[in-house]
Amino acid sequence: MAKIFIYPSNSLILSDLVTRFGHEPLTLMRVIRKKITEVGIDSPPINVTPEDPKKGLKYAAVDVPSGVRGRMALLDPLITEAEAAIIVHDAEYSFGCMGCARTNELVKYIVRRKDIPRLELSYPANDDEARDFVRKIRDFCQSLDHAEEVPA
Amino acid sequence: MALDEITKMLVLADSSPVLPSELALRAYELSTDAVVKETCFGLIITGPERAVNELIAELRRLDPTGIFVKERGFPPGDSRRCRAVRGGGARPGFHQLEKESQMLPCIAYGLETIEAPSDRKARKKHDKLDVDRFCEIIDDQLKEDING
Repeated sequence: MAKIFIYPSNSLILSDLVTRFGHEPLTLMRVIRKKITEVGIDSPPINVTPEDPKKGLKYAAVDVPSGVRGRMALLDPLITEAEAAIIVHDAEYSFGCMGCARTNELVKYIVRRKDIPRLELSYPANDDEARDFVRKIRDFCQSLDHAEEVPA
Repeated sequence: MALDEITKMLVLADSSPVLPSELALRAYELSTDAVVKETCFGLIITGPERAVNELIAELRRLDPTGIFVKERGFPPGDSRRCRAVRGGGARPGFHQLEKESQMLPCIAYGLETIEAPSDRKARKKHDKLDVDRFCEIIDDQLKEDING
């Protein structure tokens, strides 16, 4: 079972499909759950720990908007753990402020630079595209299974 | 919320014959340690990880391709997310869920026909009943009732 980074990181469809095809999706919801259930961490904005800005600074300089670094602090464990990635373009709901937009660009850039198997596709608009969408994700997940079977 | 507790959302595709109330009833029948909340889109289930996953595996049997699952960070009714406490409006994450749930019938169809050849005909969609035809049915029914 491979840990697959999904983008958008909170996608219901991607999270479900990756789980269906036998792998572990790395989702933002898991990071959020950890944030809100850990002892000693309170409601926003008090749940920012001293470690978070350090994680954000790994990816973006100090003069970059703090929103980008804050978001990257949450996404850091997902990017670090990722063994493969599925990126879906044209996600209308990921539209947001400049912090969101720049983070989205940065995340895709970092994942592309990482030397891991990657699948990039667009959201389907009709039934036929949906079938291709599901099929591509299934084939990608199966190819990861076979990659794991090959001895090092 | 305990550290080993997780929350998952079950979202039904519009094309699914299953209703959220049916899912909720089945979840209550299975009666595990998980807490179940019925919503307009499906269910929110929270509890120990093993209990939640077992319950979801059972519920998925009702419609394997029409029930979609994702994890959720906040438990149901959490005051930081609950609309009742925050003064109404869409809760954070609603618009994303709304947008993706519109695509779920297509994805469900994709899952059903994943092995089918690419030139397969598109799925049959139910046409809406014509208003004039609906009026005729009402008139006929009323006449039958009057005539006894």
